[in-house]
Amino acid sequence: MNAIITNPIFLVVVGTIGFAICAPIVGCLLAGLERKISARMQGRVGPSILQPYYDVRKLIEKDDVSVNGADGIYVSCALIFTFLAGGIFYSGQNLLLCIFIITLAVLFFIIAAYSTRSPYAEIGAHRETMQVMAYEPMVLLMAVGFYMATGTFNVGGVFFLNTPMALPLIGILIGLVFILTIKLRKSPFDLSYSHHAHQEIVKGITTEMSGKTLAQVEIMHWCETVLFLGWTGMFFVWGGPAFLLVGIVAALVIWFFEIWIDNNFARVKWKSMLKWAWLVALIAGGLNIVVLAFI
Amino acid sequence: MPFASKSPWVIHYDASSCNGCDIEVLAALCPGYDVERFGIINTGNPKHADIFLVTGSVNERNIKVVQEIYNQMLEPKVVIACGVCACTGGIFHDCYNVIGGVDKAIPVDVYAPGCAVRPEAIIDAVVQGIGILDEKSKALNAKKKGA
Repeated sequence: MNAIITNPIFLVVVGTIGFAICAPIVGCLLAGLERKISARMQGRVGPSILQPYYDVRKLIEKDDVSVNGADGIYVSCALIFTFLAGGIFYSGQNLLLCIFIITLAVLFFIIAAYSTRSPYAEIGAHRETMQVMAYEPMVLLMAVGFYMATGTFNVGGVFFLNTPMALPLIGILIGLVFILTIKLRKSPFDLSYSHHAHQEIVKGITTEMSGKTLAQVEIMHWCETVLFLGWTGMFFVWGGPAFLLVGIVAALVIWFFEIWIDNNFARVKWKSMLKWAWLVALIAGGLNIVVLAFI
Repeated sequence: MPFASKSPWVIHYDASSCNGCDIEVLAALCPGYDVERFGIINTGNPKHADIFLVTGSVNERNIKVVQEIYNQMLEPKVVIACGVCACTGGIFHDCYNVIGGVDKAIPVDVYAPGCAVRPEAIIDAVVQGIGILDEKSKALNAKKKGA
């Protein structure tokens, strides 16, 4: 019995099912809260906290119309791989695998947009590809730094630390928070698919997605938010599961900071995004790793 | 339970309006009226929209665009004619290229007259449109179950 419970595959399966149930609920509430906070920052009342839930339920009720049969399947694949990546992370398994699988999910999303053959969706897909290029070096540096700090790629390794990773990996944390703006689709780096009205060429990468397909994109975005906040929260956890609370509070503070950035910065061009993301990755992340390697 | 009324996303198209009504449509989305508190979002994409707000009298050049946007929208959908030009052609009704009202191009569900239309009138029209949206949503669900 004990052998089954500690079996990594069993843990990932349980983690994935748990993530597929819990992450949409948590992510939906976070999305609702985010719209409320954004509205208050703009001097508006804002919608109800459950608004993202109503939006998705409405999208599911809409008529089924699709430009081809493939884009819905690609988006479903993206959603399933997002669940799997979240399951791997939250069951304390391999961080590197989690990073690769979430990238695979994004690739499915990009292919879904390309498969529609719409010029507007294709521009969105080009921009999404640029975003992946911009943030991926920093994400990989995070995995390298994680290994140097904990001596393992297993996320559960943070519980055996004496101090939170944020201390030795402060540069990597800064780099991660910087690219988090891209990953959470926040202004100034929301190039492919913005939450805000009329900031987009039609609607970027989701232009041709509607009804149930768009509902899946929304759910995927909620799950991604929960996963990426987990990545940042992990920097503040040490010693044992009791310190998870510190990680959650830290992740929420960083999340609030991202909403503040979203409301205070105008969108930049893709070249600036790529330049800044790589510069920050190289300077903050790269220097951090050099320092760790020689000290 | 239909959720269409809980999150009516709108698309706005200016079919040869003088911009007076367009400004009022956008004013309804600004902090003063803040229609987002009812879940209303201005999408800019017909495939994501539930409510089509048309301003202006529609002319021979843009009638095709109005029809194209309408056809790209998914059921259930509602069309609201905003401003007197969109309702009947207004002061432009006898211009040589004006067809005189959105309902000559596509089926209209709610008329919101005014020159320019007041944001309050737009909000009232959208609320009325939400009721129609719910009925259409119920009919669509019944059709799906029957099929």
